[in-house]
Amino acid sequence: MTGHQLAASTSFAEAPATIGGQAGRSTATDENSTSSSRADKEIILSVQNLEVSFKTFGGEVQAIRGVTFDLYKGETLAVVGESGCGKSVTANTIMGLIPQPPGRIRNGQVLFKEKDLTKLSKRALRDIQGVDISMIFQDPMTALNPTLKIGEQLMEGVRTHHKVSKAEARRKAVEMLDLVGISNPEERLGQYPHQFSGGMRQRIVIAIALICEPELLIADEPTTALDVTIQAQILELFAEIQRKTGVAIILITHDLGVVAKIADRIAVMYAGKIIEIGNKREIFYDPQHPYTQGLLNSVPRLDLQEEELQPIDGTPPDLFAPPEGCPFAARCPFAMEVCERVYPASTQLTEQHTVDCWLQDARAKAVFS
Amino acid sequence: MPLYILKRFIMMIVTILIIATLTFVLMRAIPGSPFDEERTSNPTIQANLEKFYKLDQPMPIQYLNYLKSIVTFDYGPSIKKPNESVNTLLSRGFPISFELGIATMIVAVLSGIVLGTFAALRHNGIIDYGAMTFAVIGISIPNFVLATLLIQQVAVNWGWLPPATWSSPKHMILPVIALATGPTAIIARLTRASMLEVLTQDYIKMARAKGLTPFRIVARHALRNALMPVVTIMGTMLAGILTGTFVIEKIFAIPGMGKYFVESINNRDYPVIMGSTVFYSAFLVFMLFVVDILYGFLDPRIKLHKKEGEV
Repeated sequence: MTGHQLAASTSFAEAPATIGGQAGRSTATDENSTSSSRADKEIILSVQNLEVSFKTFGGEVQAIRGVTFDLYKGETLAVVGESGCGKSVTANTIMGLIPQPPGRIRNGQVLFKEKDLTKLSKRALRDIQGVDISMIFQDPMTALNPTLKIGEQLMEGVRTHHKVSKAEARRKAVEMLDLVGISNPEERLGQYPHQFSGGMRQRIVIAIALICEPELLIADEPTTALDVTIQAQILELFAEIQRKTGVAIILITHDLGVVAKIADRIAVMYAGKIIEIGNKREIFYDPQHPYTQGLLNSVPRLDLQEEELQPIDGTPPDLFAPPEGCPFAARCPFAMEVCERVYPASTQLTEQHTVDCWLQDARAKAVFS
Repeated sequence: MPLYILKRFIMMIVTILIIATLTFVLMRAIPGSPFDEERTSNPTIQANLEKFYKLDQPMPIQYLNYLKSIVTFDYGPSIKKPNESVNTLLSRGFPISFELGIATMIVAVLSGIVLGTFAALRHNGIIDYGAMTFAVIGISIPNFVLATLLIQQVAVNWGWLPPATWSSPKHMILPVIALATGPTAIIARLTRASMLEVLTQDYIKMARAKGLTPFRIVARHALRNALMPVVTIMGTMLAGILTGTFVIEKIFAIPGMGKYFVESINNRDYPVIMGSTVFYSAFLVFMLFVVDILYGFLDPRIKLHKKEGEV
């Protein structure tokens, strides 16, 4: 269970760069920047023990069950995990987009600039949505209103929040389209979404999200609906925007290739909990949770030709009645009796690397070594 | 755009021509003639009358005459009321029917959309259940039943509103309610269903993520998309309302086109039949054309004209 190397690439489009050693280099610099600057970087978002559930006809689904993490100014945190693990619910809760009912925030806080977003009134929340925190959605084909010109869709955010003149808003819109790499912005403002391709639309969605200069950008699977060449372009755009504006990004994805490319830190979610969190190098080279290891093993790697992919056996637990102990216990090759009974405490491995696993317990270590 | 309008216009002419031909065939296929009720059985008088109205000529010639009268918009005098031309009848009756129809349409569209939108926004709430109960009742009750009920209760028992005729805005209220209830119910149901669907779309979620006010989200982002199906049925609905006016006019003693229309068929008053039928169908076809153009304005993806494709 040791010896995990950087499984940097899942998509073929990025493979040559990875093999050429570029990924290794960028990882090293990433690590430097995060570790050196971490102490003086301020926390802009702090999610504390967040629990959200949804009422359905079948009962109450506990979509997220105690998520805790901090986000630092200007960093990119990737949240990874398989479908239904609560990634998108986490994003939507931070954004204040959980419809209540059927959704319910059972517990916890989302602290943004010392304000608990879960307690704010709808009106107060609207002053933060789109201004301080913005969101990018998965499918650019449906995220834009088909009946409105993209200029209107771009400008309405600024005009709502900043009370600027139409000309000023227009100037800003042109500037944003320019930033996201759309040529002839002036002319493009008067066009409708159906006149753009998928990749272009995602650029427009990004421009809309950024037009009020937010401090936090939540990207919910921003590249999933795009083909690989466009994916790479959009990821480069994210990196460029972050360099220019210093926006912090929460990137929700199930694509580890995307993560390897732009994340600073990685949070691995499983069954509504963050089971392991650490910087990119720690998660890729030294994953401590059996689930993280399984996840990395199930990714195709170009540098190891012989090896077959190893899927993780079994399915995630039923969130109508989540297990008392570790939710991964039923699928875990190292499961012990205790795993099924009691959820493991968090173990702080390094300054940034934390894992929830009984294998970290001194007694378990004794058994395995 | 001009090319599209031209194409549609030619289609309109063809449609009207087909309707006119069908009307001619049907009207002549009905047994009897305009002079059946005349007390005279003198064949010479009969023949002279037929000669005067050119009904003695062979059918193809009569058909050509008929087409000519359509094109020149001169249908000649009514057979039953020889001192009035068809055009006079039309110009007297149609404006009243038009008023009734348009008032009904406006009431139905506005109240239907408002009702449907609120029902969708308060999905499974009291407003929703109330609106949908109203919709089911509205669709189920025929307008002539509602009309008589309204006259009995509101006009006769309570005496709030005049029971019949057409002389002031007050007189319009009951007939418009009777005629608009059904279409309102249909539009409300349709708007609600389509609104519920639109509200789950990503672009609505995105509008919320922009921090827009709920009013702006509904008015600017949701409504326009939700109204597509409503616009689609507006054309056929208008046809329903126009024919519905005949019955309502009869019940409320409104001097609109309906009376002349029904009477003319009973009397085989050929010029009046063709005048009113062709006029009505032309009007209807034109309104459908307007709806089509409107559709293009609501949804930019519908191309009324050839322009550049996807960029």
